Amino acid sequence: MGVGIEVINLNAWYGTNHTLQDINLNIPANHATALIGPSGCGKSTFVRCINRMHETNPIGRVTGTIRIGEIDVYKDAKPVEIRRRVGMVFQRPNPFPTMSIYDNVAAGLKLNGYANRRALDEIVEKSLKNSALWDEVKDDLKKKSGASLSGGQQQRLCIARALAVDPEVLLMDEPASALDPVSTSKIEDLIFQLKSQYTIVIVTHNMQQAARVAEKTGFFLNGRMVEFDSTHKIFTNPSDKRTEDYITGRFG
Amino acid sequence: MRTVTDGVVTGLAILATGIVVVPLIAIFVYLIYKGASSLNLAFFTKVPAPVGETGGGMANAILGSAMVLALASAIGVPIGIGGGIFLAEFGRGTKLAAAIRFTADVLNGVPSIVMGLAAYSLIVVPMKHFSGYAGGVALGFMMIPTVCRTSEEMLLMVPHAIREAALGLGVPNWRSVLSITVKTASPGIITGCMLAFARVAGETAPLVFTALGNQFWSTDLNQPIAALPLQIYVYALSPYDDWHRLAWAGSLVLIILIVFAVSLVRFVTSRGVLKGAS
Repeated sequence: MGVGIEVINLNAWYGTNHTLQDINLNIPANHATALIGPSGCGKSTFVRCINRMHETNPIGRVTGTIRIGEIDVYKDAKPVEIRRRVGMVFQRPNPFPTMSIYDNVAAGLKLNGYANRRALDEIVEKSLKNSALWDEVKDDLKKKSGASLSGGQQQRLCIARALAVDPEVLLMDEPASALDPVSTSKIEDLIFQLKSQYTIVIVTHNMQQAARVAEKTGFFLNGRMVEFDSTHKIFTNPSDKRTEDYITGRFG
Repeated sequence: MRTVTDGVVTGLAILATGIVVVPLIAIFVYLIYKGASSLNLAFFTKVPAPVGETGGGMANAILGSAMVLALASAIGVPIGIGGGIFLAEFGRGTKLAAAIRFTADVLNGVPSIVMGLAAYSLIVVPMKHFSGYAGGVALGFMMIPTVCRTSEEMLLMVPHAIREAALGLGVPNWRSVLSITVKTASPGIITGCMLAFARVAGETAPLVFTALGNQFWSTDLNQPIAALPLQIYVYALSPYDDWHRLAWAGSLVLIILIVFAVSLVRFVTSRGVLKGAS
């Protein structure tokens, strides 16, 4: 089951560049939340703070508090523990090229020392079914490399890989921006199905996509969160002038 | 005009390829021409005949080379790969890494005879006798910088996205490096090891005052041991026609054995690779 995310006074830097400034918001459990805004506004940095990937960059720095359920991300746990609770799907599909489809999905568990074979088989099947890829790959799970799939299939494979470690939160950083329209709509359908089980945060440049999949939408601009509200309100009656300018295409 | 330029550039590329390939083929053909006639079973089963007698073979040198090279690889490959992993993954941007990289590059350019001298003073002098160990260490030292730098280059070519994917799954960094990054780079790393191996397999100079050579059957790495390049060197400089022929045969065998060893490693390591993997 998903859990909510509470963000209090979050600030982040790349070197001296203050990329995120005083972010406060509550992301509801078991819903999809979209983050929109022009390139470089800090959306990606924000999701990378949630699973502590931001600090893997040597010049990345974070202050403030993020709570996932009862857990204080920066106080109560090590980064690896957080990342097991918070799955991440990246902009470009990045399956492990040396691994089979099966091993790609099982990677998160195997590399953390999980060795129960029968259970692994079940988890792999369940994860691939959850990511709507099972029917397309079930015959060559161990024969084909993850890299041999098409781009859209690779991205669903990456989603299956993230789901296999049984996270509570799923972060998606522009998951469809490198895909064709058919693959994109498959990913969107998937987000629709998955949000009953996971809390989903999706960064997107595509405003129609935000409107289609998300209940809540946040608008980021120049490292600040300008507005956070129900998707319907953001797209029909935004309270901030800058949000209105952005969604009507007057800049960005 | 564009088709003319295209034709000229293509022609130049083909010419360059020819210039690269022709000497290689020429050497090989000449070796077969000169050496194949002296190749017989005795070459692989007999030790060198005493001066004045005809016949004899290089069985001891083939075995000696194999043993010395095994020792050299046991030293050069793990240390080299370990160094490469440090440079690419853990030491990035540190002064220590810069120092190691510089040292490896300098070491790569050190003449091979100096490597032999180093092994001589480190091992032969304290032990007070020449030995296969000293030869293996000299060749192993020569392998380290090549293996280290190619491993580093290959690891750096692994896309950042792959590392992030592993970290994003909650895999600890060390585990991600060993199981994902190194595995992804392994074809290139293996190629680097093979290059280093092939290079030292034909080295004579570092063995002259380390392994020394041996006219008799010996499997003791603690004693002077024969090696194909040494044997070829001695025979080629001798005044006897019979020995000259054996030197040609030895050169041919050395090249064939290197090709065989490299192909074997490639074959073994390429099995299990999946369809469609890059």
